[in-house]
Amino acid sequence: MTVAKLSITNLQAGYGDVQVLWDISLEVNPGEIVCLIGSNGAGKSTLLRCISGLVAATSGHVVVDGKDMTNASEAGVVSAGIAHVPEGRRLFSAMSVHDNLLMGAYLRKDKAQIAEDLDLVYSMFPVLAERRRQDAGTMSGGEQQMCAIGRGLMARPSLLLIDELSLGLAPRAVELLFERLRQINKGGVAILLVEQDVMDALALADRAYVVNRGRVSMSGESKVLAADPAIQEAFMGLA
Amino acid sequence: MKRDWVILVCGAAAIGALGWSGDNYFIRLLTILCMYATLAQSWNFIGGFAGYPSFATAAFFGLGAYTSGVLQNQGLPILMCWGLAGLCAAVFAVLIGGAILHLRGHYFAIATLIIAEMLREIVNTTPNLTGGGMGLNLPILRISVDVQSRVFLLAMLVLAVVTTAAAILLQRSRLGFGLRCIQQNESAASILGVNAYQYKTAAFGMSAVFVGMAGAIYASWVNYIEPPDVFDILIAVKPLVMVLLGGIGTIFGPIIGAMVLLALEELVWRNFLTVHAAALGVIIILLVLFLPNGLFSLLKDLSAKRAKQ
Repeated sequence: MTVAKLSITNLQAGYGDVQVLWDISLEVNPGEIVCLIGSNGAGKSTLLRCISGLVAATSGHVVVDGKDMTNASEAGVVSAGIAHVPEGRRLFSAMSVHDNLLMGAYLRKDKAQIAEDLDLVYSMFPVLAERRRQDAGTMSGGEQQMCAIGRGLMARPSLLLIDELSLGLAPRAVELLFERLRQINKGGVAILLVEQDVMDALALADRAYVVNRGRVSMSGESKVLAADPAIQEAFMGLA
Repeated sequence: MKRDWVILVCGAAAIGALGWSGDNYFIRLLTILCMYATLAQSWNFIGGFAGYPSFATAAFFGLGAYTSGVLQNQGLPILMCWGLAGLCAAVFAVLIGGAILHLRGHYFAIATLIIAEMLREIVNTTPNLTGGGMGLNLPILRISVDVQSRVFLLAMLVLAVVTTAAAILLQRSRLGFGLRCIQQNESAASILGVNAYQYKTAAFGMSAVFVGMAGAIYASWVNYIEPPDVFDILIAVKPLVMVLLGGIGTIFGPIIGAMVLLALEELVWRNFLTVHAAALGVIIILLVLFLPNGLFSLLKDLSAKRAKQ
């Protein structure tokens, strides 16, 4: 049996006295695309933030490649091969696209391979190459999201956490981004995706978890969930 | 970067030459200029690079002045006292920084504002060691007045050059890159593995060490220090104004700002002593409204325009 890239068991976390995550358990296998769906405030972003060390877990375990990484430092998580593309993109808006991408490789020392990965990102998103000298904050939302994903890839992760990929973006840009995620995944990178557009997310992902008020209420193969009447009613407006 | 070094060396040589040939008033001006440049440059480490608006400059300055003053009265050699003053200020900054650097924006500013007041009270309540409210006399150097003024100019000049050299090195370093990222988006920097807490503490320590030494040299220069003088809130406000004037987060902006502020002080404000602080406030408002990136950005814009033509 292969070791899961990421395995979370009975995770509880929150902000101060407010508990957000209750007994969350989930797994992401190497090379897999998993999506998290659920309404606003369900705790999806908190879960990602907890994985990358931004929010402390109060109990439970986060295991990466068989190694316990509960409450590890942010740098430790990045070194373990997990890159986080945060909600709202969080670029360094007054820095060039090029510097933003390089910052993604902040913890890496292998200069030759960093240059190689940079070329890879530029070939995946040619518009970033055109705008490499431009301040990141001056680009369109879709381009900024490309830059954020590129920055995540520059850490050379084996698991990419992506929070709200399509939020506020033009449908055309979203389509392209989904296409690129597929391509990234084919390159062997597992993806844990939080996405509001449930139909597209389920079409992309191998498996999905439904998060409801901080708990996993359903999980399974995307195809099965997409056909589930309860999901269709709750998230797709079909009934 | 190479150009930065050339400008630094030429500027320092110019000030040195001017000082050597000038009269005592002019030497005094240049000494204050170097001191201001050191304070502004130091503030830029934490306020400009890391984006944490600190008002702790007065605290570090006073701490350095008193550390050196007390030690000199114990009979330690003067250079050693200056060095220890810098060390003491840096250690103090790292300790305090550990406690307050999780605060952001206005909260951080207010927390740093208190530090000087706290130190001032400590000095006031320990008259046996520091002279308390009576102030502290420092040993007088047994050399002629003319030589003395040049010695202190040289000391301040070296300090300003070292501080600026530190800024040049920082700008291109891993630490400097990380600080710029923290300034723009701290949570994003953390996500990428930048140890924000360590970096901010380092920047705060750097913003203290040279200020502590400046305070120490100042104390030896004026021979007499008292709490309202070396813990003056204006020592904390002026560096901020100078950096905003010159250009925040740049290498030579703080120095340009120091020159402009000193010129304003000498030419205008000695005629309007009572509204001194108000004038500083007005300058800050005007700068933020009309020239948020400082005079240095104006120079850059000009040269960019010329390049286009």
